[in-house]
Amino acid sequence: MSNPVVSHAAQVLAHVPGLARHGSKPSRELPRNAEVREQFLGALRSFDEAVAYLPHQAYIGALHPRDLPARPWIGAGPAASRFTSGGEIMPEEEFLGLLACLDQFGLVTLDFDVAELAAAGLGGHPLAKRLDLDRLAAASGDAEAVAAEHGSLPLHVERDRLAAGFRRAHDSDDALAAAVLLENLACKATGTLAVLHLIDDHGIDPDSIDYVISCSEEAVGDRYQRGGGNMGKTIAEAAGLAQASGADVKNFCAAPVPALVIAGALVASGVFRNVVVVGGGSLPKLGMKFQGHLRNGMPVLEDVVGGSAALVTTDDGVSPVLRLDGVGRHRVEAGSSNPQIMEALGVQPLEELGLSMLDVDDYATELHNPEITEPQGSGNVPERNYKTLAALAARRGDIGREGIPQFMAERGMPGFAPTQGHLASALCYLPHAVRRLTDGDATRVHMIAKGSLFLGRMTQASDGMSVLLERNQG
Amino acid sequence: MSPVFDGKLVIALGERDGVAGPAIAACIKAAGSEVVFSATECFV
Repeated sequence: MSNPVVSHAAQVLAHVPGLARHGSKPSRELPRNAEVREQFLGALRSFDEAVAYLPHQAYIGALHPRDLPARPWIGAGPAASRFTSGGEIMPEEEFLGLLACLDQFGLVTLDFDVAELAAAGLGGHPLAKRLDLDRLAAASGDAEAVAAEHGSLPLHVERDRLAAGFRRAHDSDDALAAAVLLENLACKATGTLAVLHLIDDHGIDPDSIDYVISCSEEAVGDRYQRGGGNMGKTIAEAAGLAQASGADVKNFCAAPVPALVIAGALVASGVFRNVVVVGGGSLPKLGMKFQGHLRNGMPVLEDVVGGSAALVTTDDGVSPVLRLDGVGRHRVEAGSSNPQIMEALGVQPLEELGLSMLDVDDYATELHNPEITEPQGSGNVPERNYKTLAALAARRGDIGREGIPQFMAERGMPGFAPTQGHLASALCYLPHAVRRLTDGDATRVHMIAKGSLFLGRMTQASDGMSVLLERNQG
Repeated sequence: MSPVFDGKLVIALGERDGVAGPAIAACIKAAGSEVVFSATECFV
């Protein structure tokens, strides 16, 4: 059996303030209060502000999250680059163009001016050669007329300028309504952008990819099979991975870690050599906490959709090893309190390997940006997780009680991910983990993800999974 | 039976990182009251 390794990872954000109103919360709240709608539109960020926002720079890999300064982060970042080696932050006009490039069903009609802007932006983009830019001209037209059609959505840029019309695909199938398809296409586009950066920025042959596993949150399907999928193969096709097929792993926010483990198992067993794990962004979560932001005089911070992709491949003697003997799972009988979940995921797998909690350099848990969550009363999610992990380390005797703050500071990190659960659930740390376990001085990174299964009203249970990444001994 | 819950019908709403709905429901039942609905919510 070959050790599977994670050789490369890429992360992208698309800054989409115009689409933020189509997030689940704003789409319900804004139409019923004109004053709130005005406040919302007035609190949207410019592209330069979004690029300079330090958590976004951490997300695309420009700085390690432990190098973030003390908060507030709003307005704290200097002018920054939208590109890193393995990621970018894409402006909205380009992203609307990307939606049009990846739309095979005439869903998107771009305003002529926006189509021109998108063509100029994407034409000069480093990934232009991998995009079908001819589709942009075909997708341009009378956006206003399309937006006025029954069941269509108007899409905007620059606060309130009509940029596109987005059609439904069926007159009576709710699973093919315009709002649902916009979510799905935004997920496809961000996932595709992440995969394109993964292969292009790191010189990976697209034809070498055998399989793509999507851990995205969106449910692609029709009324006879809502959530039927398959975003994995959809993204494989869109990214030009001609020899690949794919499938989806669904597990609420926890999906990335089982996706990584399954990818590792496929490689270790010899079924496939190269498996991409990808997560596209979650448009419904845009503006989810906007009321807290407005109440505190802050900009609407949930104005980006994210994407993440990683390559799991055979042992190259250098890249971090995905330890399939270091997988933690949350058993049915384990109990659903946070300490019980963290014990199952963060402690038991280490004990089974004879490791202490101090043998892990970095714990990557749910790394939601607290500057987004705290104003709406949702607290600091990563800090809560690190307190629990540190308390468990103290209970095991790995540290004394007085060592809890040091454990949290040295082995934890501030949350830096947008509130798109699966991206925040450890997946966003992969580029940093790969760097820390190759060029850096870390030996082990513990990837821990949790999922709120109970939200689907089929069970009262939670779930979660963890996996250990370890420096390759060559 | 606790007088607080005496004769009451209870809706138990838990929070993912705090106390889950079923855990609240178990305490309420142990106190002798009836839980008519329990659920857990996630706020991130």
